[in-house]
Amino acid sequence: MGMTMSQKILAAHAGCPEVKAGQLIEAELDLVLGNDITTPVAIGVMDSFKSDSVFNKDKIALVMDHFIPNKDIKSAENCKCCREFAAKHEITNYFDVGKMGIEHALLPEEGLTVAGDLIIGADSHTCTYGALGAFSTGVGSTDMAAGMATGKAWFKVPEAIKFNITGKKGEFVSGKDLILHIIGMIGVDGALYRSMEFTGDGIEDLNIDDRFTIANMAIEAGGKNGIFPVDAIAEEYMKAHGKRPYKAYEADADAEYAEEYTIDLSELKSTVSYPHLPSNTKTIDEAAGDHIKVDQAVIGSCTNGRISDLRVAAKLLKGKSVADGVRCIVIPGTQKIYLEALEEGLIKTFIEAGAIVSTPTCGPCLGGYMGILAAGERCISTTNRNFVGRMGHVDSEVYLASPAVAAASAVTGFITDPQEVA
Amino acid sequence: MEAKGRVFKYGDNVDTDVIIPARYLAIQDKKELASHCMEDIDKEFVGKVKAGDIMVAGANFGCGSSREHAPMVIKESGVSCVIAKTFARIFFRNAINIGLPIIECTEASEGIAPGDEVEIDFDSGKITDITTGKSYQGTPFPAFMQGIINAGGLVNYINEG
Repeated sequence: MGMTMSQKILAAHAGCPEVKAGQLIEAELDLVLGNDITTPVAIGVMDSFKSDSVFNKDKIALVMDHFIPNKDIKSAENCKCCREFAAKHEITNYFDVGKMGIEHALLPEEGLTVAGDLIIGADSHTCTYGALGAFSTGVGSTDMAAGMATGKAWFKVPEAIKFNITGKKGEFVSGKDLILHIIGMIGVDGALYRSMEFTGDGIEDLNIDDRFTIANMAIEAGGKNGIFPVDAIAEEYMKAHGKRPYKAYEADADAEYAEEYTIDLSELKSTVSYPHLPSNTKTIDEAAGDHIKVDQAVIGSCTNGRISDLRVAAKLLKGKSVADGVRCIVIPGTQKIYLEALEEGLIKTFIEAGAIVSTPTCGPCLGGYMGILAAGERCISTTNRNFVGRMGHVDSEVYLASPAVAAASAVTGFITDPQEVA
Repeated sequence: MEAKGRVFKYGDNVDTDVIIPARYLAIQDKKELASHCMEDIDKEFVGKVKAGDIMVAGANFGCGSSREHAPMVIKESGVSCVIAKTFARIFFRNAINIGLPIIECTEASEGIAPGDEVEIDFDSGKITDITTGKSYQGTPFPAFMQGIINAGGLVNYINEG
């Protein structure tokens, strides 16, 4: 019996010619990452190990991104703890203010995540790197600590769901709409413990940023990882950014899948997730018909803070104004994306439209800072979760959508189809 | 190893943001963190929970973030076991790693009522609702995972060698 793409990467890192779904393996890691929320907990765990050395100072990435520039004294102390740990162990890939970006936008851009890699990260959106053909998955701080100390982790080999993507998407339809549509279709635990493998002719129509967005939200369907084949689009990105050679794995023709779905991009519409689960989806025409007034629009995050996201948002905001009573917050994912947006004139467009532009941070996505909601307030957001209290008060609401929908809604003050504003 | 206590009951998809909201994640002190456990969906939990009490929930418990703070605050609150139909995978892993006993059992999740007195035998996976007299068969862990939980988490398990 053949192996899925995810199983092949796991087998190669476990030194096994073959692995089967359900098998427990120990595998060698190419990268272990953490952020300013999870790393201090991992450092505490490492302190209790008998040895406190790290397995490889080049294969650990620590990104200060959730609560920085520090929002309060406690977050400053957490970052200080990470900074001192990085200095003590001479961690090569430590990213602080000035060099940092949102981890899952930053690490691929830095060339630290490439096809064929096995990556764990103490952040649930670590699954993002599957866009490039890596097996990457989120873990907790104890696993991160064990990974930093030993360079290994145990895995239960997952079975997979295959998503066969066909057709070409319409204008203003993006990878975000595809993944929200999928989560709406299979539910927030539809891929629990499983890989989500994307394939088919339609992926040619998904640019690398679309793919990062899709793989990023695999966790929102309960998935262990999301993964794309390594095609010309992925190779072009890795050649431009990669610092290490990559290895492309392909699923065997006779690989078994627990479920298979086919999705035609030409039928896909802009999609919105209503509170309080990412699976509560409606198409934009249904959502627009609900006349949902918004108080805030957030364009950014590890899901949608990349240059393509900012370009489409700017296209819709160009020459227009953010509606009265709406706060529009734009957060480029990394310093490089920020600079690129500046050079392309996107930042000027945002500011002239009445939006604000922040330094890279996870900030409002998880209700940290930089756009917290009061009771009764509503936000249209390109982020990844709309749980109760996610962006602030327990009586506030988050609607998830693409950058195009968020920008269009910022202009009208209601959840709006981008076609209406363009 | 056994657990016995009163039940706090919740529904499907209890996410890590309601178990411990991100606004508290900069806090490192476990007791202070635990004082906010479940507050966004159950303001009474912290005031009522006693050592040994049990959480019973529906499907996909612990979905969302990878924050280990989530199983940590449940354990710190005194909860001796979480019973659910299914657990989100990162939460599952984190619970084992920090030594919070969890057990999957759809029938128990549906049959047990809030406030019931429940007893769990981890070696056999048997769950007994003392209030109603009904018993349920959960999925017991393999020996090595039981060993991690008994040691109080992965660190102790490794250090005990």
